[in-house]
Amino acid sequence: MSVTTLEEKQYLLRFKCDKQSHLTILNHDVCATQCPDKLCTLFCPGEVYKWEGNRMQVGYEGCHECGSCRIGCPTQNIKWEYPKGGHGVIFRLA
Amino acid sequence: MPEKFDVIVVGAGPAGSAAALVCARNGLNTLLIERGEYPGSKNVMGGVLFSKDLRELIPEFWKEAPLERPVVDHRYWVLGEQSALQIGYKGMEWGEEPYNTFVVQRAKFDQWFAQKAVEAGALLINKTVVTECIVEKGKVVGVRTDRPDGDLYADVVVLADGVNSLLAQQLGFRKEHKPGDVALCVMECINLPKEKVNDRFNIKDNQGVAIELFGDATKGNFGAGFLYTTNDGINIGVGTTVAAMVKEKLKPYDLLDQLKAHPSIKPLLEGGESAEYLAHLIPEGGYRSVQKVVGNGVVVVGDAASLVNAINGEGSNMAMHSGHLAAKAIVLAKKRGDFSESGLSSYREALNDSFIMKDLEKYKDVPHTLETYPQYFKEYMPTLTKAVGKFFTVDGTTQREKQKEIIKMFTGKKGTFKMITDIYRVFKAVK
Repeated sequence: MSVTTLEEKQYLLRFKCDKQSHLTILNHDVCATQCPDKLCTLFCPGEVYKWEGNRMQVGYEGCHECGSCRIGCPTQNIKWEYPKGGHGVIFRLA
Repeated sequence: MPEKFDVIVVGAGPAGSAAALVCARNGLNTLLIERGEYPGSKNVMGGVLFSKDLRELIPEFWKEAPLERPVVDHRYWVLGEQSALQIGYKGMEWGEEPYNTFVVQRAKFDQWFAQKAVEAGALLINKTVVTECIVEKGKVVGVRTDRPDGDLYADVVVLADGVNSLLAQQLGFRKEHKPGDVALCVMECINLPKEKVNDRFNIKDNQGVAIELFGDATKGNFGAGFLYTTNDGINIGVGTTVAAMVKEKLKPYDLLDQLKAHPSIKPLLEGGESAEYLAHLIPEGGYRSVQKVVGNGVVVVGDAASLVNAINGEGSNMAMHSGHLAAKAIVLAKKRGDFSESGLSSYREALNDSFIMKDLEKYKDVPHTLETYPQYFKEYMPTLTKAVGKFFTVDGTTQREKQKEIIKMFTGKKGTFKMITDIYRVFKAVK
């Protein structure tokens, strides 16, 4: 079956999750007060960022490590590091 | 005493493995560091690898490398909502040695390519992140890794750490990418029986098709989609700049699903099974994005140096070639015993003299032009498809009237003068 939802797409991937997030929101108040559109929740290809009403939830476990959030965050409010060696996404094909 | 190498290469992608291969072949004590579980596990590519630059490193690589099909049919489709303007070139010479391009699956290919560097004598360490370059007295002397006691030293460090190159940024060699200079691409690998691929694309087992997709593929945004045949399936993907994603509030996977559902694409994928979904950035800023690539004890290669020609879809080949050139410069520096910026400067000179910087310079205004003037992707491309549709439709309108209507479709409200200005602007950028 050709997948249609993002959940199904993400399910195709293999991740070796670290216990600690490699993505950090620097200041949660900035997300709440200075970013009405919560753009990262839209353009992140893994839907890592979810707005929980008052706080940005970071589901780093599903991160493709593409770097878009670091570059696209309008307030440069995301600290972006690589996951520890051998951790994070493990692409098997392309 | 910590271990000291001649060369440490950070990142086992096409650029890093090419550099490590050439260094090792020249007898340099070379360490290749990869942060993923294996080379390729963090790397993504739609699939097209131009063969020329790999051939220079490994002649007849096709006899041993894990490759998909050589492309014999390269097509460009400009999609309308329900339509597609199609042009292309099919050449049987591309299906014969030395081949023009292959589609490759990077997780497999990068492992093989890194292994070639290992066979030449390089040492490969996986699952290791380089957190920073060790700088002493203004010179890079090694790297700090996330392993315990993880400091490693070398005469030269090669930064092949990809589009995000945090290391080149730390050294102050380049500024952070602007959202308009990177394309966020998402893709799916779809499994499909070989016979179906052959039938649907009118090809044989060892022949491949590459289709570049414009127009509605990106909903009129600066970017492109693609569809490439693999041995047993299809890679399909789409990307636009992060700036466009932000501005238009796009979800990249929605773009991909819309593309997969397009009436010109859907039948090609019918019955296929999604095997993987991947996202990655492409540094598409071109000539002006290429910043400092040589310093004291350090060189930058591949995507880390933004060596991508988005117009021709060249990246992995440029990565390999830049790694090759950097390695040659390092070998020369070793002979002279001078690893300073000036001792390694032959890399920058060779890069400037090569097709890489010459092609990037030729197209230096293109990314900026297309980003600044959205009408090319937003207006002209959809209009082009509609105009051709009109031209081929027989509906009782005379040819003369049709011609008039078509011209009016292009000039529209903006008028002839503005259109000529638009044409001239893009002509100037690509000439």
